Amino acid sequence: MNGDPKIEMRDVAKAFGTNEVLRGVNLTIHSGESVAIIGGSGTGKSVTLKCILGLLQPDRGEILVDGVDVTRMGGRELEKQRAKFGMLFQGGALFDSLPVWRNVTFGITQGRARDAARMRKVAAENLERVGLDSKILNLRPSELSGGMQKRVALARAIAPRPEIIFFDEPTTGLDPIRADVINDLIVSLVEDLGVTALTITHDMASARKIAHRVAMLYEGRIIWHGPRDRLYDSGNPYVDQFVQGRADGPIR
Amino acid sequence: MTRLIAALFGFFAAIGRVPIGLFAAIGRVAIFAWRTISRGLAPPYYPGRFLEQLASIGWFSLPVVGMTAIFTGAALAQQVYTGGSRFNAQSTVPAIVTFGMVRELGPVLVGLMVAGRVASAMAAEIGTMRVTEQLDAMETLRTDPFRYLIAPRLFAAVLALPAMVLIADSIGLFGGYMLSIGKLGFNPSNYLHTTRQFLEMDDVVMSLVKAAVFGFFIALLGCYNGYATQGGAAGVGRSTTDAVVSTFILILLSDLLITVMVFT
Ligand SMILES: Nc1ncnc2c1ncn2[C@@H]1O[C@H](COP(=O)(O)OP(=O)(O)OP(=O)(O)O)[C@@H](O)[C@H]1O
Ligand SMILES: [Mg+2]
Repeated sequence: MNGDPKIEMRDVAKAFGTNEVLRGVNLTIHSGESVAIIGGSGTGKSVTLKCILGLLQPDRGEILVDGVDVTRMGGRELEKQRAKFGMLFQGGALFDSLPVWRNVTFGITQGRARDAARMRKVAAENLERVGLDSKILNLRPSELSGGMQKRVALARAIAPRPEIIFFDEPTTGLDPIRADVINDLIVSLVEDLGVTALTITHDMASARKIAHRVAMLYEGRIIWHGPRDRLYDSGNPYVDQFVQGRADGPIR
Repeated sequence: MTRLIAALFGFFAAIGRVPIGLFAAIGRVAIFAWRTISRGLAPPYYPGRFLEQLASIGWFSLPVVGMTAIFTGAALAQQVYTGGSRFNAQSTVPAIVTFGMVRELGPVLVGLMVAGRVASAMAAEIGTMRVTEQLDAMETLRTDPFRYLIAPRLFAAVLALPAMVLIADSIGLFGGYMLSIGKLGFNPSNYLHTTRQFLEMDDVVMSLVKAAVFGFFIALLGCYNGYATQGGAAGVGRSTTDAVVSTFILILLSDLLITVMVFT
């Protein structure tokens, strides 16, 4: 962590029709930092990531990446900006018409079929990092289990070696051992390669392991953020109820 | 009284919304078309995708197109013969089969058959990619869906349709010829002679121009409806239906416009 702000969200708001999802999100992520976002289902965690990636246009506010506002970007400029990012989508979002190896290397080849032998090797290496065997290189995504799809999607996100990686629920749907392999991978990306990571998770054990800092999204705003050690004594009744998984409390 | 005025107002507002909605939709499709063409003409190019689409639009549609053409050509010959015999005009069979097939039925039938096969498939495929976030994923992997998915489909369709119409025209004429010789008792060399006499280069060119226009609409509306899909499996179903229906309407409408403009 060297302290420069990598991503700054300032008063970001996004509504879909009358559904006000984000109502003024303020969040700063420093270079080399790993931040976890927690929050209830449907509070706009995935929408937050999509706004930063320029997949959704916020209605208000600015999002600075390395000091440049990305919300007004388009075309080539945005495409160049995206070279910094890797994204693991919540549902995997693998290309179901392409075999596993072309999925994993898609961010490198930009979809062109070239250098097949080298690309298969690159794919195999990245699959190994997420704990998958190279036997599946030629399979289609539909021939994989849900957990395997998630890990192939993770391999695809990290393969181009981006400096910022977003993980949308990386351990959901994995068994506890596989989940910990992914936790270790995220930790090593951050600690060894200096990646800036932003992870959405419902898995508190995972959040405490991978993140330096945890932020909680509630009713369209970040209502609390603090170091991971404070997660269980935040002094915030909303966070307490959420991390302890209680049905009664201020969150209905 | 105020209730009546309010009701009337609502009624006219509802009627007014139809053309406004239509113009808005046309505007969106036009912007989509412009984006596809301008981005598709700039690198990076995807020749592999283009060839793939050429095969799936052209080659794999050939059986159904060939069958449609041969049956229609033969049926047309029979109809002209039966209808013409009422005023002793049976001899017009080769001329009318040629006009009918080349000017009208060849392009329209191919257009409709391929629309049913291809516009629906494009809408379903791209729509599924939309609802499963594959299009978002593609963008974050710095690949433009307009260049990678949509432009190859559009360019392939504009190129494939004329080739298929040329084939369909020929097969249709052949169908008419076979029935006329086999069943209606025409003399083969006379029939061929008349056909050649009425087969005008201009008509063939118009036939191909129509085909290219239809190909453009098929891919454009297939892709547009897929790209604009919202809301899960039901949304994909809606997009597929919309793609086919809107393509059919546009094919028939543009055929009428071109025909009226050129053949008067
Ligand atoms: N493209 C969209 N169009 C309309 N509404 C959307 C769209 N994307 C998200 N929403 C709405 O925004 C809200 C937040 O969605 P989001 O996917 O960000 O939730 P989330 O916090 O990631 O939840 P989960 O933990 O269940 O993944 C939801 O109410 C959803 O219906
Ligand atoms: Mg989500």
